[in-house]
Amino acid sequence: MTDAALQNFLWIFISALLVNNFVLAYFLGLCPFLGVSGKLETSVRLGGATTFVLIITAICAWALNTYILPHAPYLRLISFIVVIASTVQFIEMLIKKLSPSLFRSLGIFLPLITTNCAILGLAIFATNREYGFMESFVYALGAGGGFTLALVLMAGLREETEITEVPKLIQGTAFNLIIAGILSMAFMGFAGLFNS
Amino acid sequence: MATPSSPYEEMMKGLWRDNPVFVQVLGMCPMLAVTNTAVNALAMGLATLFVLVGSSFLVSVMRSLIPKQVRISSYIIIIATFVTIIDYSLLAVFPKIHKELGAFIPLITANCLILGRQEAFASRNSVGYAVMDAIGMSVGFLFALLALGGVREILGEGALFGFNLFGPNFEPWVIMILPPGGFLTLGLILLFFNWVTERRKQAQIEYQLAEERAS
Repeated sequence: MTDAALQNFLWIFISALLVNNFVLAYFLGLCPFLGVSGKLETSVRLGGATTFVLIITAICAWALNTYILPHAPYLRLISFIVVIASTVQFIEMLIKKLSPSLFRSLGIFLPLITTNCAILGLAIFATNREYGFMESFVYALGAGGGFTLALVLMAGLREETEITEVPKLIQGTAFNLIIAGILSMAFMGFAGLFNS
Repeated sequence: MATPSSPYEEMMKGLWRDNPVFVQVLGMCPMLAVTNTAVNALAMGLATLFVLVGSSFLVSVMRSLIPKQVRISSYIIIIATFVTIIDYSLLAVFPKIHKELGAFIPLITANCLILGRQEAFASRNSVGYAVMDAIGMSVGFLFALLALGGVREILGEGALFGFNLFGPNFEPWVIMILPPGGFLTLGLILLFFNWVTERRKQAQIEYQLAEERAS
C-alpha cells in the first residue's frame, strides 16, 4: 500500500468520525440519538450494533454498485433498502439468541435500525463519491465510530442532567435538542483539522 | 380499528394535536438537514407529501394482501418505489432543487414518519381515511419544516424565500444555517410548543374550576 493511499484512508476515516460526523453535522440517525441516549451502557451497545450493520451495508452496497446496478440504476434505492432490512433482521435474530438481556434493553430501537437514515445515507454517500471496496469499508468504520461517539457523549451528558433540576417546561426533547446543538457547535471546531 | 371520527377530523389532527414533528418527534433527519432555507424546506415538504399520500393509498388498498410477517419490508419497498418516482421527477423538472437537496431525497425512504403512519394507520383503515390521515400528517410536517426553515433563513441570511428582508446593514447570524442552528432552533420551537400546550391545559383547568364553583 502506498503512502498516498494510506493517507486517503486516514482522511476518510477522520472525516467521517469527527469533521463530518453523521449525527452532529449531517443530522443522520437522529431517532436513536434522541431515543436511546438515556443510558450510557445501552448507547454503547446500540452503537456497536449500528456499526456492524453499517459495515455490512457498505460492503453490500459496493458489490451492488459494481456488479448489478450499472444495468438497472433505478433499482438502487430499493435494492439498498432490502439489503439493510435483511441485515437488521439477521442481527436481531443473532442478538436475541446470544444476549436476551441486550435484546430487551434495545427494544423497539433494534428493528428501527432499518429506518436509521445513517445507514441508507452511508450507502448513498459512498455511491455518490464512487468509493472502492476498502474506501467503503473505512468510511463505514468511521461513520459507525462517529455515531457511537455522538451517542455516548450525549448519554453521558443526559445522565448528568438527570441529577440537576430542570424546569418542567423544557424537560424532554426540547432540552435534548439544545444539548445536541451545543455538542454540534463543539464538533464544528474539528473542521479546522484539515485546513491548516 | 375503524375510528368513529370523520375523515376531516383525521386530517386536522395531524396539523396541531398530533403534529408529527412537535408532538410525536418523528422524521427528524430531513427536518433538520434541509431546513437551512425556506425554499428547500418547501421542496422537501412537498416531496414527503407525495410519498406519504401515495404509499398510504397503496398500503391501504393492499392491506388484506400483505402477509403480517413481512409487512414492514413490504411497506418499505412500497415507500422506496414512490421515493424513486419523486427522485427521478425532481431531477427532470427541477434539477437545481434536486442538486440542493442531494442525498436527502433518497433518504425520505428512511423517514420514520412515513413508515410509522403505514404501520399505525394506513394498514388498519380504509382508503379514504388513510389518504386523509396522510394529507393531514404531511401538511403538519410541511408546516413544521417551513417554521424551522423560515426562522433559520431569516436569522442566518436575513432573507426569506431568497428575498432580502433587512437591507445591507444586517449582520447574518451564520451559525443558524449551520448544523448547530438546526438543533437549537428546533429545541426552542419545541419549547414554545410545550409552553402553548401547557397554557391551554391551565386555562382548561381554570375553566372547569370556575364552572364547578358556579354550579
